Amino acid sequence: MSDNAHIAKYVLRLADDALVLGHRLSEWTSRAPFLEEDLALTNVALDFVGRARMYYQYAAELTGGGATEDTFAYTRDAREFSNLLLCELPRGDFAFSVVRQFLYDAFALPFLRELKGSSDQRLAGIAAKAEKESTYHLRRGKEWVLRLGDGTTESHQRMRQALDELWGYTHELFEVDALEEALIAEGIAVDPRTIRDEWQQTVTSVLIQATLPVPESSWSVQGGRTGYHTESLGYLLAELQFMQRAYPGLRW
Amino acid sequence: MPNADLIPLLPEEELARRTRRAESPHPELWSILDGVMDPEIPVITLYELGVLQDVYLDDDGVHLVMTPTYIGCPAMGVMEEDARAALAAAGYTTVTVEMRLAPAWTTAWLTPESRRKMAEYGVAAPSGENIQCPQCRSEAVVIISEFGSTACKALYRCQSCSEPFDLFKAI
Ligand SMILES: [Zn+2]
Repeated sequence: MSDNAHIAKYVLRLADDALVLGHRLSEWTSRAPFLEEDLALTNVALDFVGRARMYYQYAAELTGGGATEDTFAYTRDAREFSNLLLCELPRGDFAFSVVRQFLYDAFALPFLRELKGSSDQRLAGIAAKAEKESTYHLRRGKEWVLRLGDGTTESHQRMRQALDELWGYTHELFEVDALEEALIAEGIAVDPRTIRDEWQQTVTSVLIQATLPVPESSWSVQGGRTGYHTESLGYLLAELQFMQRAYPGLRW
Repeated sequence: MPNADLIPLLPEEELARRTRRAESPHPELWSILDGVMDPEIPVITLYELGVLQDVYLDDDGVHLVMTPTYIGCPAMGVMEEDARAALAAAGYTTVTVEMRLAPAWTTAWLTPESRRKMAEYGVAAPSGENIQCPQCRSEAVVIISEFGSTACKALYRCQSCSEPFDLFKAI
């Protein structure tokens, strides 16, 4: 593979994370617990989809041969998507979405801060922009974890359950394969292992404050980066891609 | 020691942007675009908002360089269309638009004049620690939501006059 192909593959991972999580967030539109939260979730979803577009556009330029942001988003099958499994899990109840978002944002913020220093100027530019947005996302997420964790018996219970269901998917955030090792060595990719302590600290301190136990379960699942997904990604893509699959090239 | 908060420092990239305009060989292009407003806060021009980064003319036509306020801002498409329409109305029909992410947009580029216009329109402008109700100037305000009608705004309520209002978030 050429250098560009390597970088494109890495950029697609970041793009897929953003698109899939953005889509999950968008599923809350018109279904959030109250109006302000509905607006907030929709806006956060837009931030993620916007991020995905920036990454896809860059991947398309690196790939060439007629690739566009749309061909990446609308015409690849689940096996070709390389997002983290954490991002694709169904939205669940509100507690589940809150916990997932918090666990992810606590990772995204230091990740983007590091990506800002990438030797790849384009990635550094996207990261500088996205970091500012993630600061808001994380602040909002912390408030929800505190409010629901240290809330009623039911909200506390639902938060605990969500944490237990999600915890095993967080290890994948810090996995590095040969492709990333090579790009880390070139100063292009972020080494997620270097931000694990910070993530752990953010998560632990907020959970303790929210009276939620830090899960101790040792199970872990991974495979998203290499195209091994949960069945839920297929359903998500069916909805996301339906129009382009049924009417290829359709424009609004 | 001088209090840094009291000395409004212009970010370097904003100085560079203003210099591009001041020294532009085509000031008329900038003037045409002064007629294009932010669709969400229609008292602020794209230039005042900081979205308009550069505009110049060469053999390929007009080049318009813009930067989004927020990555997923849906108003960017409208801004681009409005800018193209304004240029076309002045006879410039070949326009290439470039979206530039770096330097990342920040509310620090807003001038005191823009902040004043925003407040008059009913949107509180970011100003460090103190958030003022755009209706009655009270600082007794509470946040309702981190996100208001758009990603760039947060929703607040004034405890003095009870009115809810949007705050243009500082980023
Ligand atoms: Zn007031």
